[in-house]
Amino acid sequence: MAAVESLPPGTPSAMRNAFGTVLSALILVLIGVLAFSIRLFSVIKYESVIHEFDPYFNYRVTQFLSKNGIYEFWNWFDDRTWYPLGRVIGGTVYPGLTLTAGTIWWVLNAINIPLSVETVCVFTAPVFSAFASWATYLLTKEVKGSGAGLAAAALLAMVPSYISRSVAGSYDNEAVAIFALIFTFYLYIKTLNTGSLFYATLNAIAYFYMVCSWGGYTFIINLIPMHVLLCIVTGRYSPRLYIAYAPLVVLGTLLAALVPVVGFNAVLTSEHFASFLVFIIIHVVALVYYIKGILTPKMFKVAVTLVVSIGLVVCLIVVAVLVALVASSPTGGWSGRSLSLLDPTYASKYIPIIASVSEHQPPTWPSYFMDINVLAFLVPAGIIACFSPLSDASSFVVLYIVMSVYFSGVMVRLMLVLAPAACIMSGIALSQAFDVFTGSIKYQLSSKSKDDAEDNTSTKNAPKDDASSGKADKGEEVAKERLSKKGKKKEREPAEKPSVKSKIVKKKALVLPLEASIVALLLLIMLGAFYVIHCVWAAAEAYSAPSIVLTSQSHDGLHVFDDFRESYAWLSHNTDVDDKVASWWDYGYQTTAMANRTVIVDNNTWNNTHIATVGTAMSSPEKAAWEIFNSLDVKYVLVVFGGVIGYPSDDINKFLWMVRIGGGEFPHIKEADYLRDGQYRIDSEATPTMLNCLMYKLCYYRFVETDGKGYDRVRRTEIGKKHFKLTHFEEVFTSHHWMVRIYKLKPQKNRIRGRVKKLKQKTSSGVSSKSVKKNPWM
Amino acid sequence: MAARNWIFAVAVFLSLSTFSSAQDLQIVNAERRIDLSSHIVKAFLTLKVENIGKDPAADMLLAFPPTQIKNLAMVQALAVTGKKKKKIYLPLDVKPSEQPDAPNDAGYFLVSFATPLGPGEAVTLEVLYILTHSLEPFPVEITQSESQLVYYRDSAVVLSPYRIKQQTTFFKTPSTRVESFTSVEPANRAGKEIKYGAYEDRAPYSYAPVIVHFENNSPFAVVEELVREIEISHWGSLQITENYRLTHGGARHKGVFSRVEYQSRRSISGSSSFNALLAVLPPRVNSVYYRDNIGNISTSHLRTGFKKSELEFEPRYPLFGGWKATFIIGYRVPLEDYLFEAPDGRRYLNFTFGCPLVETIVNKLTLKVVLPEGSKDPSAVLPFAVNQDLQVKYSYLDIVGRTVVVLQKDNVVPTHNVPFQVYYTFKPIYMLAEPLMLVSAFFFVFVTSLAYVHIDLNIVKK
Repeated sequence: MAAVESLPPGTPSAMRNAFGTVLSALILVLIGVLAFSIRLFSVIKYESVIHEFDPYFNYRVTQFLSKNGIYEFWNWFDDRTWYPLGRVIGGTVYPGLTLTAGTIWWVLNAINIPLSVETVCVFTAPVFSAFASWATYLLTKEVKGSGAGLAAAALLAMVPSYISRSVAGSYDNEAVAIFALIFTFYLYIKTLNTGSLFYATLNAIAYFYMVCSWGGYTFIINLIPMHVLLCIVTGRYSPRLYIAYAPLVVLGTLLAALVPVVGFNAVLTSEHFASFLVFIIIHVVALVYYIKGILTPKMFKVAVTLVVSIGLVVCLIVVAVLVALVASSPTGGWSGRSLSLLDPTYASKYIPIIASVSEHQPPTWPSYFMDINVLAFLVPAGIIACFSPLSDASSFVVLYIVMSVYFSGVMVRLMLVLAPAACIMSGIALSQAFDVFTGSIKYQLSSKSKDDAEDNTSTKNAPKDDASSGKADKGEEVAKERLSKKGKKKEREPAEKPSVKSKIVKKKALVLPLEASIVALLLLIMLGAFYVIHCVWAAAEAYSAPSIVLTSQSHDGLHVFDDFRESYAWLSHNTDVDDKVASWWDYGYQTTAMANRTVIVDNNTWNNTHIATVGTAMSSPEKAAWEIFNSLDVKYVLVVFGGVIGYPSDDINKFLWMVRIGGGEFPHIKEADYLRDGQYRIDSEATPTMLNCLMYKLCYYRFVETDGKGYDRVRRTEIGKKHFKLTHFEEVFTSHHWMVRIYKLKPQKNRIRGRVKKLKQKTSSGVSSKSVKKNPWM
Repeated sequence: MAARNWIFAVAVFLSLSTFSSAQDLQIVNAERRIDLSSHIVKAFLTLKVENIGKDPAADMLLAFPPTQIKNLAMVQALAVTGKKKKKIYLPLDVKPSEQPDAPNDAGYFLVSFATPLGPGEAVTLEVLYILTHSLEPFPVEITQSESQLVYYRDSAVVLSPYRIKQQTTFFKTPSTRVESFTSVEPANRAGKEIKYGAYEDRAPYSYAPVIVHFENNSPFAVVEELVREIEISHWGSLQITENYRLTHGGARHKGVFSRVEYQSRRSISGSSSFNALLAVLPPRVNSVYYRDNIGNISTSHLRTGFKKSELEFEPRYPLFGGWKATFIIGYRVPLEDYLFEAPDGRRYLNFTFGCPLVETIVNKLTLKVVLPEGSKDPSAVLPFAVNQDLQVKYSYLDIVGRTVVVLQKDNVVPTHNVPFQVYYTFKPIYMLAEPLMLVSAFFFVFVTSLAYVHIDLNIVKK
C-alpha cells in the first residue's frame, strides 16, 4: 500500500481503487492460508486422524454417504447402535457437514484426485475456517468498511475459541456451521444495506445451509427477529428491513422444514415463535407506514384507532392459540438444551445427561481469556465505535455481541458463537483506532513541515492499517453513493449525510499529539503481537490433541498411549461381526466407527432409559449386571480405566454420573449407597455397594498384581478391595497401558437336573420377583 | 519312543515296471534334512543319481505325496560338480509335471539336467523344497500359559519313483521338547535332531508315514492376503504401498487374555504369541509409514543401511493363535535404483518379488505395478509362474488412466524374494501433461476473471 501512498496526487482514483482491490484480495488470500495452516498443528504434531467422539460419528456417516449415495443416506437405519432399538440416521442427523464433505469428496474423485474420505473429513474444518474468515471480512465490510473487515478476518482466522473446534481432524458440525452463521449474517446485513431481493433469497439459502449444519441455527432465527424488532422500536423501519426480514422468514422456514431432523419443528417449537411474532409485527408496521403514506394525517389518526382495536383482538386470539399450543407440551415446547440456555440451572435439576457433558457447563473467567484473549479488551472499544454513527448494520453487530456474551456465559460450548462477534468488534475497534492514530500523525506531520517529506518512518510503521482505513472510507462512500443512486432510502439519507460530514469534522477534531499517537500505535501493535503469539500457542499446544491418542513427555522421550485404537482394532479383528459391545455412552461413536461393532448406547443421547439401563448395569453387582447385559444380547463389556498410567477421564471418575442417570430411571440404584459420608472414594473406606459394583470389579480386576499394592494413580490411593474373582465375566483383552479393558460375558451355566429341582422350591419365587425388580429388561 | 509302533506301516506303492525311463535311473544315496524350527518347513535333499540304463537321461522326476503337493511353495534343484573345496553349484530347471499313471495322486516335479546323464554316469543334486501350512497344532486350542505343540507328518523314507540304495532322514526340531515320534527302526533322537535310517535298498514309491509331535513356539505369522502396489513416477521416485492382512496361524487362543500375566511373566505366558515383526526394505528407503485404517501405529523403528533397511514394528496388540490384524506399510525409494533403460530403448523396472516380512507365509500375494500414464506394451519377466493381468487405474488428474500390471501368486515364502522385471515403453513428453493441464486451468481462471471484470452485464445502462 506504500505504493499507493506514494502515487502522485494526479493519478486517477480508479487506479488507486484497483490497487486497493488487488491488495485486499491478496491479504484475504493470505488470511485464508493463515486460517488453514494454523489448524494443521494437529496433523503435524500427531497425525491426520479424526478427533474425539462426535467427529467419528460424522466420519462414519460420511463414509456411508460416499459409499451408498444420497438416497440410501436419507433412508439409513443404523442397526449398529442403540441395540436393539437402532437409529434412523437420515432423519436424526444434521446433514450439512456430511453432505458438504461428501460433495467435496465426490468432486475430487470425479476429477481423479483420489483422496480418501478420511482425508477430506480431516481437512474440511480448516478449509471452512478460511471461508469463515472471508465471510467475516464481508460482514464487517458491510458494517464498517473493508479496513475493519480485513482486521476482523485476520483476527477470526486465528481466534483460539474457533480453533478449538476446527483444527484439522475436528470434523464436527461447528466446523461448517460457523461459516454458515457468519455468512447468513453477512447476507442479512447486505440485504439490509441494499434492499435487494436477490440477496434476500441468497440469505434464505444460506440460512437453509445453516439449518442443515447445526442446531445452533435457532440463534439466527432468534437474533434476526430481535434486531428487526429493535429497528422498529427505535424508529428505523424501512422497506429494506422488510425485504431483509420477510422473505427470510417465509423462505427460510419452508426450507428449514425440508431438513428431516427439523421438519415440522420449524413451525411447532417455541424456539421459532419469536420470528413469527416479529413477522406479524413487521407486517403491521409496514401496513401502518403504507397507510400513513397514502392518507392525510387526520384520516390516519382515525385509521390508527380502528386498526389498533382490531389488531389487539387478532393479537389476543393468536396469542391465546399459541399459549394453548405451547402449554400442551410438557417442556413448554422448548428443547432441553434451549431451556438450559434460558434457565442455566434447568439441566442440572432435571436432565443429568445434559449436565454430565463438560462442554455444557458454564465457563470460568480464565476460559474467556484463553479463548478470546485480548479481544475481550477490544470488544468494548468496538461497541463504542459501532455507536458512532449507529447504523442498521452496526446495531445488528452490537446486538449480536450482547446476545452471544450471554449465551457463552451459560454454556462453555457457545463461546464459539461469541468468537466471531468478538472478532468483528475488535476488528472495528482496531481499524478505527489505527484510523485515528495514523490520521493524527499525518495531520501533525503535514502541519509541522509544509514540504511533503514522504520518506518518513512513522508512516512505515503501519502502512497496511493506514491504507486499509483509507480504503474503509472509500468503501463506505462507494456504498453510499450506490444507495443514493438507487434512490430507495429516503429515510436513511438524512441520517447518513450528517454522519459523513460529522466524520470529516470529527477527523479534524480528533487530532492527538504526535508522540501519543506513535506510542499508542506501538502499543496496539504489541497487543496484536501478543494475540498472535497466544493464538499460535493455543493452536499448537492446547487444542491440537486428538484425544484418542495421548502423549506424555518424560525425561526419556515421548511416550505414546494408543490404547483406545489398540483395543478398537482388537475388537474389530478378533470378535464376531455381529457381537454387541456395551460400554458407557462416551465410547459408543468410536466403537461403531473404529471397531465396527454394535453398541448399546452412544453419544447421541436420545434415549435416556437405555443409557440408564447401562448405567444401572455398571452400578449393579456382578450377577445382576450379567442378567441385564445378557438380556441385551451383550457379548463384550468395555471399560476405560486410567489407574495404571494416571489418565483422569476414565470410567471410575465418570461413574457417579452412571449412578445418577441409572438411579433416575431405576430407583433401586441410590447415589447415597456409593458415597461414604458424601464423599466418592474407592479406597478401603468405600461402601460395600461401591466395592461390589460391576464397574469397580471390571476396572480393578487383577490390578493389584501390577504393583503388589493396587495403587491407583488417578485417585492417588490404594484401592479398597484388592483380591477378588469374577464369576460372570472373563477378561479377554486389556490394552498395553491398561486403559481399555474388555470383558466377555461367560455363557450361561448348564443346569444340572437334580440341583435345579432341589433349588426350585426354595428359591424360585424369591429369585424371579427379585430379578423382575432389578432387571428392567426381564 | 516306540509308542507309536502301530502306525508303522510300509505303504509300498505298486511299483510300475512299465514306467517310462523310471528304471533307468537309480538313487545311490539320499540324505534328507528337514528343518522344523519355524512354521516354514524347509527340506534339503541331497541325491546322488546314477544312470543304470542304456540311453542317456535328460531329466529326472521328484515325487511328492498328495498331502504335501498342495503345500509346496517352492522346489529348487542344484547340480553339484567338483570336489569338496571347489564345489560348483549349477541351478537346474525345475517345473511341475503331470504323470498320467501317478500312483495315489502323487505330484511330480521334473528336473532337467544341465547335460544329459550318460549311461553309467552319476550326478549329485541338491534339492530344496519348502512346505507351508504343514505343521498342525495339537492341541488345536491352547490357553495363554501353554506352549504350542504341533504335528508334522511325513514319510521316513523319501518318496521317489526310483530305487534308492541308501537313505537317511533328519528332522530338526526347534527345541528339545519332543512329545513323541513314530519309530521306524532304526530311528533315534539326540537333542534337537531325530534321525531315521539309514535304510538300505528301498523299492520305488516306498512310503513309511511318521508323525513327529513337538514344541514349536516360533511366530506362526501368516499373511492371508498381501497387496503390494508399486507406483512408478518418472519425476523421481517409486511409491510402494503394502496392504497386509496378518493372522497367527498356530494353535487357537482359548479363553482369557490376561495382560498382567503377559506383562509380568513373559517367559511362560503367551510363548507362542508374537508382537514384533521385521520387514526388510530396500536401502535408501524414505517416507516410511506404518498405519492401519484407523490411523498411525506408533510402534516401529527403522534402521537404514547400505545393503538393506530394516523396519522393526509391532502390530497394535500381541497376536495370539487365531487373532488377526491388518496394517499398511508404505515407503518411497529413489527411482534411479530400480528403473533402467533396456538396450532396445524400452524401460524396465527391476524390483523384488515377494513379501518383505521375514519368516512369513503369504497365502495370496497380489503385486500391482502402476506404470506412468501413457506407458505402452507392458510385459513382466519372472523366474517362476504367476498369474498376470492388466488393469487401469486413475490417479491424480489422470485422463486416460495408468496401466497396471497385476501379478498374482499363492503360497509365497521368503525364498520368493527374487528380482523381477517389468518392461514398458514410455515417452518423456507425457510427463508434462499434468503440469500443463494445471497451468492452463489457472490461465483460464485468470482470463475469465479478467473478462468478467471488463464485461458489463447490466441490462439497464446506468
